[in-house]
Amino acid sequence: MSSAQSPLRRTRNLGASHSGTGHFWRERITAAALVPLSLWFLYAVLGLAGTNVVTALRFLALPWNALLMAAFVLTALYHAALGLQVVIDDYVHTAGSKILLFLLVRISVIAAGSVSLFALLRIAAF
Amino acid sequence: MADTPQTPGNPAAGRPLSPHMTIYRWPATMMTSITHRITGVGLSLGILILAWWLIAISNGPDGWNAFHAVMNTPPGLLVLFGIAWALGYHLLSGLRHLAWDLGYGFDKKLSERNSVLIFGLSFLVAAGIFVLVWTGHAGDLQ
Repeated sequence: MSSAQSPLRRTRNLGASHSGTGHFWRERITAAALVPLSLWFLYAVLGLAGTNVVTALRFLALPWNALLMAAFVLTALYHAALGLQVVIDDYVHTAGSKILLFLLVRISVIAAGSVSLFALLRIAAF
Repeated sequence: MADTPQTPGNPAAGRPLSPHMTIYRWPATMMTSITHRITGVGLSLGILILAWWLIAISNGPDGWNAFHAVMNTPPGLLVLFGIAWALGYHLLSGLRHLAWDLGYGFDKKLSERNSVLIFGLSFLVAAGIFVLVWTGHAGDLQ
């Protein structure tokens, strides 16, 4: 036995997927966090629509705005990855396409997240 | 038994058929369920536009102008309106999902009514956003 846990401990409450309700729970936690975050996001984007790049740079360079925007983007991406996984699980039934799509989702999420964080850092350093 | 095959085309055999999606009238709750998914997938793609918007701002005036040159076209505005509606919809419908997870709102009549309400409100949210932007009042928020 390569694990310190007994087989019973490892299987109890975790079912056939070995992750239990972890996916479901994370989807709900990120959803709850996105309620206030997306309201703030709407306020931020609406406030910047129809203005100019200087206003946008000044707004996003403020620490709280940068932090909230980063929190919104990262939480939304995590929530999107969890949700897209369910959609793929439900409609794609061949192992090859499934793995390919999972990879595509995860790589895209990591890419979009890093690019957004880099952009925010660059704005803060302007 | 062999001469009365049980197919949807031959229900005359009088035996119950297993339920099949295509024979149901689509209730409002079924509409909201699939729309929640579709808006979720749409918003996932929408985050890519958000990432581009952040890069555009970080690139200064050139990036900002390039972003607006693409988004300030009929197809661009249609996409932005779609995202605004999808965000309003997914947010409202998501709140109902969280309420369901807590055990509230399962009553059949209430679910039907809330489904119609969510659709209506989501379009109001999207329309409200666009009216604010087009009348030039969006900036007043800050």
